[in-house]
Amino acid sequence: MALEIIESCVNCWACVPLCPNKAIYEAAPHFLIDADKCTECVGEFADAQCVAICPIEGAILDELGVALNPPGSLTGIPPERWAAAQAEIAAR
Amino acid sequence: MDLPVIENAPAKSGGCSTGSCGSTASQMDGMPDDIRARVQDHPCYSEDAHHYFARMHVAVAPACNIQCHYCNRKYDCANESRPGVVSELLTPAQAVKKTLAVAATIPQMTVLGIAGPGDPLANPERTFETFRELAQKAPDIKLCVSTNGLSLPDHVEELAKHNIDHVTITINCVDPDVGAKIYPWIFWQNRRIHGREAAAILIERQQQGLEMLVAKGILVKVNSVLIPGVNDEHLKEVSKIVKAKGAFLHNVMPLIAEAEHGTFYGVMGQRSPNPAELKNLQDACEGDMNMMRHCRQCRADAVGLLGEDRGDEFTMDKIDAMDIDYEAAMAVRAEFRARATAELEAKREHKKNAAHAPQSPQAQVVQFMPRPQKPAQESAPAGRQVLMAVAAKGGLVAVHFGHAREFLVYEASANGVKFVGHRKADAYCGGDDTCGDAESTLDRTIKALQGCEVVLCSKIGYEPWGNLEAAGIQPNGEHAMEPIEEAVAAVWNEMLAAGKLAAAPAANKVA
Repeated sequence: MALEIIESCVNCWACVPLCPNKAIYEAAPHFLIDADKCTECVGEFADAQCVAICPIEGAILDELGVALNPPGSLTGIPPERWAAAQAEIAAR
Repeated sequence: MDLPVIENAPAKSGGCSTGSCGSTASQMDGMPDDIRARVQDHPCYSEDAHHYFARMHVAVAPACNIQCHYCNRKYDCANESRPGVVSELLTPAQAVKKTLAVAATIPQMTVLGIAGPGDPLANPERTFETFRELAQKAPDIKLCVSTNGLSLPDHVEELAKHNIDHVTITINCVDPDVGAKIYPWIFWQNRRIHGREAAAILIERQQQGLEMLVAKGILVKVNSVLIPGVNDEHLKEVSKIVKAKGAFLHNVMPLIAEAEHGTFYGVMGQRSPNPAELKNLQDACEGDMNMMRHCRQCRADAVGLLGEDRGDEFTMDKIDAMDIDYEAAMAVRAEFRARATAELEAKREHKKNAAHAPQSPQAQVVQFMPRPQKPAQESAPAGRQVLMAVAAKGGLVAVHFGHAREFLVYEASANGVKFVGHRKADAYCGGDDTCGDAESTLDRTIKALQGCEVVLCSKIGYEPWGNLEAAGIQPNGEHAMEPIEEAVAAVWNEMLAAGKLAAAPAANKVA
């Protein structure tokens, strides 16, 4: 049972001091979670702390590979709106 | 027509010693002496000081505990100049090294601020370690911090302990319903909280932090982002409340929102305010509060005088190669500071004397707008307000139009000349081909000057002259190297004499 940080992490450090197990460590190109130490905060907090503060949608996955902050959940930007804006910028 | 209290001091060398670039605005004059003394060498807190003194931000604080709709934590661009953007995150040790290197190279350096790119107080260890070291190694450098306020009440004691004299809190609202449209979430007591509940907590913490800082005697500036249709009217109330609680300066900044920034507001098409909307709101708040008009919305790793970023000279690899005598550098700074402070004091004294001079024909008040040729009739309008943009350097009309990176904007009227803001010549971006922007730099500059009827510069080319005229903006190169306010007043007076100031201005022909 462990969470995973993936490449969309922006290395903002917000999660590091919150982890009750000191499972998150600095690495290149982005922070990583030591799977042996991660407990997903079960028994410690109602929500996994790294997931609760991470500002980047999709940067933290559960053990099934599911994004715990899915697109649109943090920014409030509907994913289709985001896609349309990106397409418009690319077309300029 | 007699015009009140417009100084006409002989130009001194260096700085904006003519009292231009905004010092006729009431910002410093409205401050009590004790506060003025504390901010007189802080470029972000004193309009006068920003011509003399430099600041730097060190990007040691990457983490944030809230999300704002005008921020995207993924963004970084070397060409961008706006809050929250940095190129290189520093450890506290690197930040101390960089600060000492900059302070040794730029003697104008008086202030070190920590402003992100996240929230400094959401990174308390990194922030306070930087402050602790610097307080020892460069005790002459003032330390300040900028925060969203959520963690502020927890850190007021420590801020006071580190002798941090100035704190900026970003307060965009005092009403949770407004806040819910600005802040999608906060991280609070180990949970992510959304919506109105989040905004209510944030607002309460900001106000509590403000009160605690004021109680400690720490100077508080409040920053607000003006978001049209969201908090524009509401900011008048914010201004009154923060003033009542003891904030001494209010800085209302325009929202920066472009789709390519990837922010909620940018992607959702929330528009930024135009310069007139910003000015109107600042004017509306000014009756109650000292308003800051010279903010350049700098990066969280900016270095140098406001409006000039010398960050490129101080990347960590360049700093490592520098050979620095720290003791000697501190002495040079002390000498510079004494000189600049004396000049500022002299300027202020001069202005005070002018203001208190009797209103007689022999008074020291110099009228440099002569009376109109024809005797003014009792009922005749005195001439309307005119906005003029100035390509300025060192308080003079001294920059070629095509070389200007920013224009200072002055409001001229029968009441005199007043600094009201600035416009970037090339809005927010280096604007090269990589930005995919078909507009030319000139087009963008002309657009940025919207609302101004005249642009004063030292010289101007044939092509921009024609384009400016076509856009309804009169170029003027006849006052090169004159002090800004005299030049603006002279042009206003010419317009008055030519009968151009009776009617409403011809609308600018820019989009």
